[in-house]
Amino acid sequence: MGTRVSTLRTLITRYCVGEENWVDSRTIYIGHKEPPPGAEAFIQQRFPDNRIVSSKYTFWNFVPKNMFEQFRRVANFYFLIIFLVQLMIDTPTSPITSGLPLFFVITVTAIKQGYEDWLRHKADNSVNQCPIHVVQHGKVVRKQSRKLRVGDVVLMKEDETFPCDLILLSSSRDDGTCFVTTASLDGESSHKTYYAVEDTRAYNTEKEVDCIHATIECEQPQPDLYKFVGRINIYMDSEPVARPLGSENLLLRGATLKNTEYIYAVAIYTGMETKMALNYQSKTQKRSAVEKSMNAFLVVYLCILICKAFVNTLLKYVWQASPDRDEPWYNNRTDTERQRHIVVRVFTDFLAFMVLFNYIIPVSMYVTVEMQKFLGSYFIMWDDEMFDEELGERAVVNTSDLNEELGQVEYVFTDKTGTLTENNMEFIECCVDGHVYVPHAICNGQVMPGATGMDMIDTSPGPGAREHEELFFRALCLCHTVQVKEEETVDGIKHGIHQGKSTSFYISSSPDEVALVEGMTRLGFTYLRLKDSHMEILNREDEIERFQLLEVLTFDSVRRRMSVIVRDSSGELYLFCKGADSSIFPRVVSGKVDEVRARVEHNAVEGLRTLCVAYRHLSPEQYEEVCHMLNGAKLALQDRDKRLAEAYDVIEKDLILLGATAVEDRLQEKAADTIESLHKAGMKVWVLTGDKMETAAATCYASKLFHRNTQILELTTKRTEEQSLHDVLFDLSRTVLRQHGGMTRDSFSGLSGDCTDYGLIIDGATLSAVMRPTQEDYKEIFLDICRNCSAVLCCRMAPLQKAQIVKLIKASEEHPITLAVGDGANDVSMILEAHVGIGIMGKEGRQAVRNSDYAIPKFKHLKKMLLVHGHYYYIRISELVQYFFYKNVCFIFPQFIYQFFCGFSQQPLYDTAYLTLYNISFTSLPILLYSLIEQHINMDILRKDPSLYRDIAKNSLLRWPIFIYWTLLGVYDALVMFFGAYFLFNNTTFTSNGQMFGNWTFGTLIFTVLVFTVTFKLALDTHYWTWINHFVIWGSLVFFVVFSLLWGGIIWPFLNYQRMYYVFMQMLSSGPAWLSIILLIAASLLPDVLKKVICRTLWPTTTERIQTYAAFGYVPTLLDVSQEASLSVCVKCSFIS
Amino acid sequence: MMASSYNAKDEDGHITVTGPGGGAVLRSKKPENTAFKQQRLPAWQPILTAGTVLPAFFIIGLLFIPIGIGLFVTSNNIKEFEIDYTGADTSSPCFNCSQNFSWNSTSPCTCTVPFYLEQPYESNVYVYYGLSNFYQNHRRYVKSRDDSQLNGNLKSLREPSKECEPYAYHNNKPIAPCGAIANSMFNDTLELFYNDPNGTSVKILLGTTGIAWWTDKHVKFGNPGGVDSNLSAVFQGAGGCWSLALSNAYKRDSTRSSSSDRLSVSGTTKPLNWRRPVYELDSDQSNNGFVNEDFIVWMRTAALPTFRKLYRIIGKSSQMVPTLPRGNYTLEVVYNYPVRSFEGRKRMILSTISWMGGKNPFLGIAYITVGSVCFFLGVVLLVIHHKCGNRNNGAEISN
Repeated sequence: MGTRVSTLRTLITRYCVGEENWVDSRTIYIGHKEPPPGAEAFIQQRFPDNRIVSSKYTFWNFVPKNMFEQFRRVANFYFLIIFLVQLMIDTPTSPITSGLPLFFVITVTAIKQGYEDWLRHKADNSVNQCPIHVVQHGKVVRKQSRKLRVGDVVLMKEDETFPCDLILLSSSRDDGTCFVTTASLDGESSHKTYYAVEDTRAYNTEKEVDCIHATIECEQPQPDLYKFVGRINIYMDSEPVARPLGSENLLLRGATLKNTEYIYAVAIYTGMETKMALNYQSKTQKRSAVEKSMNAFLVVYLCILICKAFVNTLLKYVWQASPDRDEPWYNNRTDTERQRHIVVRVFTDFLAFMVLFNYIIPVSMYVTVEMQKFLGSYFIMWDDEMFDEELGERAVVNTSDLNEELGQVEYVFTDKTGTLTENNMEFIECCVDGHVYVPHAICNGQVMPGATGMDMIDTSPGPGAREHEELFFRALCLCHTVQVKEEETVDGIKHGIHQGKSTSFYISSSPDEVALVEGMTRLGFTYLRLKDSHMEILNREDEIERFQLLEVLTFDSVRRRMSVIVRDSSGELYLFCKGADSSIFPRVVSGKVDEVRARVEHNAVEGLRTLCVAYRHLSPEQYEEVCHMLNGAKLALQDRDKRLAEAYDVIEKDLILLGATAVEDRLQEKAADTIESLHKAGMKVWVLTGDKMETAAATCYASKLFHRNTQILELTTKRTEEQSLHDVLFDLSRTVLRQHGGMTRDSFSGLSGDCTDYGLIIDGATLSAVMRPTQEDYKEIFLDICRNCSAVLCCRMAPLQKAQIVKLIKASEEHPITLAVGDGANDVSMILEAHVGIGIMGKEGRQAVRNSDYAIPKFKHLKKMLLVHGHYYYIRISELVQYFFYKNVCFIFPQFIYQFFCGFSQQPLYDTAYLTLYNISFTSLPILLYSLIEQHINMDILRKDPSLYRDIAKNSLLRWPIFIYWTLLGVYDALVMFFGAYFLFNNTTFTSNGQMFGNWTFGTLIFTVLVFTVTFKLALDTHYWTWINHFVIWGSLVFFVVFSLLWGGIIWPFLNYQRMYYVFMQMLSSGPAWLSIILLIAASLLPDVLKKVICRTLWPTTTERIQTYAAFGYVPTLLDVSQEASLSVCVKCSFIS
Repeated sequence: MMASSYNAKDEDGHITVTGPGGGAVLRSKKPENTAFKQQRLPAWQPILTAGTVLPAFFIIGLLFIPIGIGLFVTSNNIKEFEIDYTGADTSSPCFNCSQNFSWNSTSPCTCTVPFYLEQPYESNVYVYYGLSNFYQNHRRYVKSRDDSQLNGNLKSLREPSKECEPYAYHNNKPIAPCGAIANSMFNDTLELFYNDPNGTSVKILLGTTGIAWWTDKHVKFGNPGGVDSNLSAVFQGAGGCWSLALSNAYKRDSTRSSSSDRLSVSGTTKPLNWRRPVYELDSDQSNNGFVNEDFIVWMRTAALPTFRKLYRIIGKSSQMVPTLPRGNYTLEVVYNYPVRSFEGRKRMILSTISWMGGKNPFLGIAYITVGSVCFFLGVVLLVIHHKCGNRNNGAEISN
């Protein structure tokens, strides 16, 4: 009773005071214990149970729900309507003709989805029923996972996977930490450390845990995996203590406990509210340009279909105006038909015509396109050349819907670190007050060539400098988040440091840090471990120094620096700060800034990644203040990040510069070659990086993004400081546009390599100024400049800015196809934004790979992916789409013409079996096979000559003129076939015994010509005849003949008509039929062959020229490789000098 | 949006938990190095260049032109005579018949049409009747038949398919054969007389067999109750005869119907427009009933509204060396078939036949045309190939 009153009271006070907007937060009572009266309101909020439901259907709703989902697709719905119309009205063709294929497609899809869902049910069940140890009343009880509730205290043992999102209370380790691998979440196999709140650390038996009296207040579940804000209130001696909770306390569902015996933790988000479940829900589906054209063509055909039906209906009623035509004495209607209202009759006639012509949009096209995409994507996975021995990984296809889009890319946005470069960091040198230390020189007695330029290598500085030097080394040993792993069984980054008896590794989410700590080892300072919040360092004299780690001001990409506050053994307090030069220099008050800056810039030009190190003494009072500030910020539930950033900003100031480090990130193998090929293929390559301009620019030169003769345009903060942004933009656009006239002329001839091209460098700050929504015209000018630059480098980019850039280009008026490549979590947004997102299986976890459409082991594989696979897929699918429409025009158009000769009575020209099977079996396999294995040009040529890629740019094979050509070709063929047969049949006989043929023979003759013509047309288009092609093309023709013989050879007992009986045989027994079939096929194919030959001879495309030369045994290499290489060396030299 | 795929993987909310790959897993990830998977199957890679197509064009041209000429000559050698006896003009001998037509008239109207053959017709001569503006390919018409009934199925005989409507029942009796096609069967009788120069007119013997497809006559069409049964009994179903025939039939065809049906049936009726029932089409039992060849020929619906159907065959006779000598003939028509209402035309055609059928210059002309076009294009291509092909070979590769 008392509780209730207090609840009410607290509620009222809360509302009155407006303390917290608690709709957005939740309160969790650990162990479901009520808080002490008066302290907090005990409001049992309702949370879902821990059941994970990833399945879509249940046993009961499968059929209706699945049907609903399937018929929601417009194509399916269209076919369903056609089918229903056929069922309802008296239609020319049996409902089977459209019902059977539809039924087949629906059933197969339903079975597939049902099976997938069954698998999901199974997986769900095994997850939901797995036993979990829960602490109840001081005892450990086993519970099924799905019965877990928010507030339950859970005991997890090593190697167990967390069943829901948990807050760590205590662990078997004394320091209250535990190690977790999130491999199944983001693929990062490194062990991450999670911390328990200080005050609950001690409770590490079930009895003790049961005594914890605390509540947790935290935000409602958010999908962001790396963000969490909460607060724990611990009621120890009736005096509640509040502690902040952050993502370092939150154990995510799906992660696995490692290297820790056991932990106690409390469930806060369960079931479908876990961060993992929230994350997996939505991923927008991307559509390819081909699909868009296909849909446009579909609309055209739909219009044609409706027009045909409309015209025929109209003509029917005009023609039928005289009653003797409408109802001649030999052909009366039934009474019910007569009584039907005229409107109903017109409408049914219209529908009947629709049904008759509906085959022009065949169900099988969707199935074939699906199959082509699905099966075709296996060639990417199977590709031996895209397998990386080192990683043991091969290309992964996450979406097969975009295969052909790979052949349409116009803009490539690439990340630098880990994508262009290896992300295999190597410590090159450090510079303390202008003295350069090169660890290799010390270790191996080898002088690094890069360091020879400096005058003071390894000179022994004075005593004051020596002190600085050691402080610098200590700073690097302390200022990091590296963990030491003492076993060999770690996947991921394996760097052994031999240190007495055991082997240990440094693990960190940032490879730079590992490189730095390792570099320090080589310079004599070894970081040993973090124990009881003391960091231990082995110094040059083999003594262990211990520093108490007080605070870690973690790294973030906005601040671009991190700091630690430590207390050394003598009690002195230091703040060590490490970060990008631009974020350190403004905060430095003393130190040899100029020397260090010179060195940093020199290194940056070399393409090295530089970091600056600084420190600051803290007096105990200052430390108190700092602590206060940090705790205040950390405890905030709202705007915690903002307040933390403010606190950090205040703390990290008045620094004393120590020196700088340089870490090399080598270019990936063949990165330059790949970029060059992409350029030649007409793609614009943009590098989007968070790195600083000089480093990034150096990488760009090394990777041949910029050439010696590239004129670099800068749009950076440095320039906008001197001039207003407005002026800079107009200046640049003027420079670019002056050259523009010359550019277009050159680009027509297909070789833009020789003329001056422009490279643009823009940085994040300027970009955000340009992108400011108030200045639309800036955006336009910027786009104009970009369009005329062959290469653009965007440096200092925040992840979201990367996506913004992609979006900007995507939305520009040409709507170019964009591709984004990246390897890290910071590239995910751009990967998701671009038309095609490609993940590199790098070192920064698997997030990029997981969110990508395709994943490749190395950047160099992009070349084959785009130039070979993309090209092939595009050629294949465009032929597939065009051919499908073509063959259905050929199929349906004669039927349309026939209406003019049968009194617009919707009499089908072909037999039902032919109508049904034409698309399903007579003509389906050859095109499917073609669309899987066609190679119009040899793979090697495609790779050697990237300019071929330009031939298919801008969706060139699916443009309207080509589509119209195919359609007209179809109409021509249809006319030839129909009127060929018409004149043959017209009022004469063509058997040698004088007997006559009927309408079914007429249709069969046309159909035979049709099947042969469309198959031969495909054969003419096939450039790559393997034995499978021969088998399928000739096989399907043989199948048609055999089927026709069989279909007409027997009185089929289950049919109520025998119209096809012996029709095919009778036709074949007549000589003129054979002759006319041959003639009509020849006449149908003639114009296409002629067009091909004439175009090839008079106006050959690059592709055709290459094909011709390849056929004559000459493989053209447009540029000599060795020549290129020497050129690039010059480029680099000239830039450096 | 229409092509938005048949796959469900995107909506797939399920999270597969995969651990970091061990060594064995890594090794198995290496793709197999087979020719198919690497897309390196050995293949023939033809290209359609002017050079490769040229010979084909010339060959087609050289093949098609002679074939065309052959066909054209053959077609021209075929003799064909056509006479329109519709009687639409007042001058026409059949004018009266066509004007006074009535379905109910009991006495048949007869008219005689004289004609003159300028050439003697050798070998077999085929007599066709031709109809114009008659839509045998109208959908309502085409489907208005019951193939199962025509095949001799007793059940369908008694219960014609509803496709036959409105020609399925008359006075509650099933119509045999049912349907619009059968109902409108061509029933003019054509007879030919040769007017000998000496004044006598000789009736020309018209063969009634061999005008329908063999398979139609022997397999597709069949009389109910089998070959040897009494047709009139089967169709009339009069008293004992009916049940006897039925029981005979049931012995052979026991699977089909139940015994209760038997009582409800009392025979079939002839199609409305017929003058005689189906079992009186011919005195020859093997050409009577559903297997009557005239009937079968009619039942094969024509493809186009102007069509001809084989009526009779005039066999080569030994007395007169030409089957039909030059001279005057008379066509005697028993005018039963009205076409005036739909502006139709009726013709009688006499034709000889070659291996390629009747007179049809189209095929020959088409062959000659396509052949010449191919040949001409071959020449054009040859010119292009010589002028432009060389230019390509020389200059344009240098870039």
